[in-house]
Amino acid sequence: MSDAALPTEAPPGPTISIRPPGKWSSLRLGDLWEYRELLYFLTKRELQIRYKQSVFGISWAVLQPVVLAFIFALFFGLLAKVKSDSGPYPVFAMAGLVPWLFVAQSVAQSATSLVGDANLLTKIYFPRMVLPLGRVLALGIDLLVAIGVLFVVALIYGVTPSAAVALLPVFLLLAFVTAAGAGVLLSAVNVQYRDVTVVVPLAIQVWLFATPVIYASSLVSGNWQYLYAINPMVSVINGFRWALVDGPAPSIGTVAVSWASALALLVAGLVYFRRTEQFFADVI
Amino acid sequence: MSGSPVIEVNGVGKRYTLGQLHGGYKLLTDTLVERVRSFGRRSAARDEFWALEDVSFTVEQGETFGIIGHNGAGKSTMLKILSRVTPPTTGSIEMRGRVGALLEVGTGFHPELTGRENVYLNGAILGMRRAEIDRKFDEIVEFAEVERFIDTPVKRYSSGMQLRLAFAVAAHLEPEVLIIDEVLSVGDLAFQEKCLGRMETVASEGRTVLFVSHNLTAVSNLCERSMLLQGGRKITEGPTDVVLAEYTRSVIREVGTPLHDRRDRQGTGALRFEEISFQVDGVTIDSPATGSDFDVVVAYETADKRPLRNVSFAVQVLTLFGDVMLHLYTRTAGVLLHEIPGSGAVHCRIPRCPLPPGQYTITLWADQGGDPIDWIQRAAELTVREGDFYGSGQAQLPTHQSVLVDHSWSVEPYSGTTAGEAVRRDPSLT
Repeated sequence: MSDAALPTEAPPGPTISIRPPGKWSSLRLGDLWEYRELLYFLTKRELQIRYKQSVFGISWAVLQPVVLAFIFALFFGLLAKVKSDSGPYPVFAMAGLVPWLFVAQSVAQSATSLVGDANLLTKIYFPRMVLPLGRVLALGIDLLVAIGVLFVVALIYGVTPSAAVALLPVFLLLAFVTAAGAGVLLSAVNVQYRDVTVVVPLAIQVWLFATPVIYASSLVSGNWQYLYAINPMVSVINGFRWALVDGPAPSIGTVAVSWASALALLVAGLVYFRRTEQFFADVI
Repeated sequence: MSGSPVIEVNGVGKRYTLGQLHGGYKLLTDTLVERVRSFGRRSAARDEFWALEDVSFTVEQGETFGIIGHNGAGKSTMLKILSRVTPPTTGSIEMRGRVGALLEVGTGFHPELTGRENVYLNGAILGMRRAEIDRKFDEIVEFAEVERFIDTPVKRYSSGMQLRLAFAVAAHLEPEVLIIDEVLSVGDLAFQEKCLGRMETVASEGRTVLFVSHNLTAVSNLCERSMLLQGGRKITEGPTDVVLAEYTRSVIREVGTPLHDRRDRQGTGALRFEEISFQVDGVTIDSPATGSDFDVVVAYETADKRPLRNVSFAVQVLTLFGDVMLHLYTRTAGVLLHEIPGSGAVHCRIPRCPLPPGQYTITLWADQGGDPIDWIQRAAELTVREGDFYGSGQAQLPTHQSVLVDHSWSVEPYSGTTAGEAVRRDPSLT
């Protein structure tokens, strides 16, 4: 009997191989690239849902830092007389609040992202990391809008950005790395330990005081700066104030410390996520 | 490369620890307490459970392959492993081509988003490219019959519309391997037909379909080859009719063990079913006839032979395919057994047996205030002989029916139903 009449070619497409997970699996970032369109649609979903049936739409992204900046200006600037190191206190506060709100909200939202989409995890395969990353990217869109507004508010107060604005991407990226690292890590821990849902909001409050949002980072002096800069948000906010509202230049040493700690956080997050990811559907 | 299978499953097993089965997540403090408690001790043998053990099979290109088995046989676990939702504990799987899993219709639909937005999001979740969705968008909307509402948020859709849209997206996914779990049991009949038609098209296009169901009728209609799972193991694999025959045989074989020796019981054990028989007027018979009165008699013993209070009994009659025909329960029948002796026999009388001739199985249940104390599934086989249900002298009953009821016939003049409506009369009847 001849095989000629039968389709003999193996079907096209990739071969998928399923095996028991090893202790150390690769980070499989290529997998994430494969599903980049899903990441795009999930990011879009976040934005669409957030602003559906809301009158002000995307302008909430603008209003939030503006309103908070003026409240901070009233209580900390006017009443408590906290010193600004870059322009009038409202501008100073807003330059800190814009990146802070992005990172704080990213961490809070991505921490609950896997648990929130549990029905997806138990039904369909896709790289699970798109869920926390989608939250971070959606808030990143808000961040870009908010930076534009910060620019305008600063101009109104007569503060213009210095040439350092060219280095803004360095600090923008640092903010993303920090948000993604903490978000990815906490989302995976949350699958196993629901304590995270409760602890994260509290931890963010504490983190706020360890970050120069309300006060200027010059409050911490000498070699303590390097310890302080282990919190990557220190350099993010110093960088934002330097680039956008004419604040003092941060030292290269502290920025390097912050970058190292943010990258360490990201790697820890990716490794932990990949190691536990395969069991999400069994545990969640 | 001739004849290389599209799916190759080799010795796949999946172990769960029992904690994982009942909500796996925990609080960090619990884990810490556990660690401290077990410090210095050897870690206690955790309760483990193999949902699947050493299962191997292959599926060729263009085949429609069915996986059947009772609840808890490991079907869903197998599907979850194949669709990469959960990893196997042992073994390996090779699949050639893109795999699309259709495990539950509408997973990932968001109520606030419009139909259009959901089609794109759901398509992306299922693994479709944006260009692909663009290309098939009109076809999807047409298949779902929701053209007018495509820009309305899905939360305003009826559940039927949501379902149609969700299935339409999934049905237009064109993977080389399509995995389907019980999706056909939903939706209205017309739409089910449409879905079945679509699945046949998919299969005829040379794609491979893996179909998991406990609806044996659907499996036998759709699948050329099937595999039978039982207790996490593969019992047999082959042409679907052969596998289905084995399935019914396995049900009967299981039933063959005397009740006293059955170990597959659940419940606290405060009471044990010891023996089951069928009786007519106190005389034991093998098989009652359709339309005859008979008793299901179940002998039991309580632990320590002490009387028990507040016990309820149930007798279920099922078809060999597992559909429940009768569920007879003392509590719902309004029978209160305040106290039963330490050993005895429960009689459940079924007057004028309403079951057509055939083979059935019986499941026994006893509970104390709602908590099961003994429960044996497929405890006995019940063969119903032909009989004269209607007392008409015609023991030969029409086929294709699952229950017999008393009824009467008459032919009368038709006098309309609504006031004001013209009354039509058939002259031949008046």
